[in-house]
Amino acid sequence: MTEYTDKIQEIAKRLLAEGKVEMVIGFRKGTVPMMNQPHYAASAASVNELIWDSNCALNLANYVTDKKGTIGIVAKGCDSRNLVTHIVENKIRREQLYIIGVPCTGMVDHRKVSAMAGGEILSMEEAGDDLTVSGQGFSKKISKADVLQENCASCTHRNPVIHDELIGNPVAEQTDADPYASVRRVEDMTPDEKWNYFEKLISPCIRCYACRNACPLCYCPTCFVDESKPQWVGKSQDAIDVRTFHLLRAYHCAGRCTDCGACERACPMGIKIREFTKKLNKDCQELYGWEAGLTLDQRPPLDSFKTDDPQEFIK
Amino acid sequence: MTLIKIDRQTWADGIEKAKLAYRVFGPVKEKNDHEFKQLDKGEMPDFSLQNTRLSPKAIVYPQSQIMLTYSLDESRDDCRIMKEVENVTAPQLVLGIRPCDALAFPIVRRNFDSPEYQDTYWIKAYEATTFVGLACNAACSTCFCTSAGTGPFGETGQDILLMQDGDALYAKILTPKGEALAASMGWSKPAEPDAAGKLDALKTKAEASITASVSTDKLKDKILLELYGAPFWEEEAFSCINCGTCTYVCPTCWCFDVQDETHGLSGVRMRNWDSCMSPLFTIHASGHNPRTQKYERVRQRFMHKLKYYVDKYDKGIQCVGCGRCIRMCPVNIDIRRICDKMNRFDAKSCACDIASS
Repeated sequence: MTEYTDKIQEIAKRLLAEGKVEMVIGFRKGTVPMMNQPHYAASAASVNELIWDSNCALNLANYVTDKKGTIGIVAKGCDSRNLVTHIVENKIRREQLYIIGVPCTGMVDHRKVSAMAGGEILSMEEAGDDLTVSGQGFSKKISKADVLQENCASCTHRNPVIHDELIGNPVAEQTDADPYASVRRVEDMTPDEKWNYFEKLISPCIRCYACRNACPLCYCPTCFVDESKPQWVGKSQDAIDVRTFHLLRAYHCAGRCTDCGACERACPMGIKIREFTKKLNKDCQELYGWEAGLTLDQRPPLDSFKTDDPQEFIK
Repeated sequence: MTLIKIDRQTWADGIEKAKLAYRVFGPVKEKNDHEFKQLDKGEMPDFSLQNTRLSPKAIVYPQSQIMLTYSLDESRDDCRIMKEVENVTAPQLVLGIRPCDALAFPIVRRNFDSPEYQDTYWIKAYEATTFVGLACNAACSTCFCTSAGTGPFGETGQDILLMQDGDALYAKILTPKGEALAASMGWSKPAEPDAAGKLDALKTKAEASITASVSTDKLKDKILLELYGAPFWEEEAFSCINCGTCTYVCPTCWCFDVQDETHGLSGVRMRNWDSCMSPLFTIHASGHNPRTQKYERVRQRFMHKLKYYVDKYDKGIQCVGCGRCIRMCPVNIDIRRICDKMNRFDAKSCACDIASS
């Protein structure tokens, strides 16, 4: 995917020169390996910093929420689905955006790579699906397929669903992916086992809210955990409050989550937060045949009513 | 200063002995990362680490801490009277703290134990703690301790410094507290005469392994409001998502929020770590928020560490160069880059840049 860099810079330069957009949002190379930084380019010099590789995992839709003016934005499959969600939910207008679509072959899970490397990684080189990570006294070849983020490994929307320009040929979509294997494992547990599973899952949480803040869906002006008049949730490390945060946040994302994985990537403690949202995604698919962010013509299932909705109680 | 050699058996026996008198904390590997944990009987600290994921600050300054209790029962004489909780910390021993993290305690102490204010909770826990450091033989690419007031063999903030040369373990006693600990743990065998020389060579090698640095020499001379009004803050803050990762993993971030939690007729007044990245950090009771913008919050964090603290105490920066915020920031905001920008900032040339562009 690294060949996309030149194309992105070329398009960004053109858009800025033509005055089509005021800025182009993309990524620039990070100061540490596998950590690219969201970046906006508004001048020719800053356009040259825009890059693309397998470490552009954060969701850039998060950076256009309620923005004024015209914006060019680099969007892989999941980002584009969140742009659709943003447009449907009136967080940005379609005509404000020039979407530079990036067919994506998945992003690298930096934790998996670090665990395999056996030393501090000082650089990562990428050539197609071959990654070479190097550090003091070692250099190791890794296949990208082995270190994909879990959401990428099971992604079925690698190509942007909405775009003004596509920077490369669409990539083949995965058809044998099973995103819900771990959800079924939890569904098969007894209530006690489920309770213990989720308690253990969130026990390392330090309530930094990186998961929430990296998520494009979490745009409430004041999150329920930050409300002080009245205060709904305590602020300590009390297990009830930590649990309340995670469960309510997940439900706020029901029918809206695109499984972009930004929450898990951002979590400093490596918590598998998608275990919550994936269950809700599965339910939405099974109950309403719904996947978030695929169409501008429909609102998410939990804020719309249809006579053929499966639940009898509402009729 | 005494240099002691500790053999394997003395090491294990000493730790078990110490557990009778202290709550002993040490790095323990959990999944892929190390964290400081209280060691159970028979459990040894694992020194095969670069550093722990979270800093050990919570050992003295827990993320949530109850300070006072109260009753709302009108039939009681002490209704609505705040009472201090029992504030006695049992002796604690931190084994294997890195020199960067150890330096954080004297830095934080300037805030919690000043001539004007004494934070009794922090002070009592700090005074009850003995710090045994562990020198770093090889640094991480994000370490910049040598430009933040210490080094891989730095001694500040520790009572004993442990140094590893291959399988051999040496202890340098630094304070009377350290001397007492060494005696109680049976660490008494003097190191061989050439050990000091070998360790000096290790120290030189370790210092050379630090590849990252920041320049801080001009921070003090900057005019505060010019730096505050510098044009780079909005650009540098663009990627920030305003999570609390940097502040919570930081060994020197000391801010807390006070909360009352009532259950039925009884309640507690507690403090919890707070984060200047959160809009809630500055919101007034009136609803007014003086820091509504993301860049203002980002600016606050760096101005506090690299300018306000520098000006107030004249003891360098409020940062120990551990690099955690660099490694763990989900959007790659790098304190080295920002510190250099601040240190380099020239309001005059900046004004010219803007005028000519």
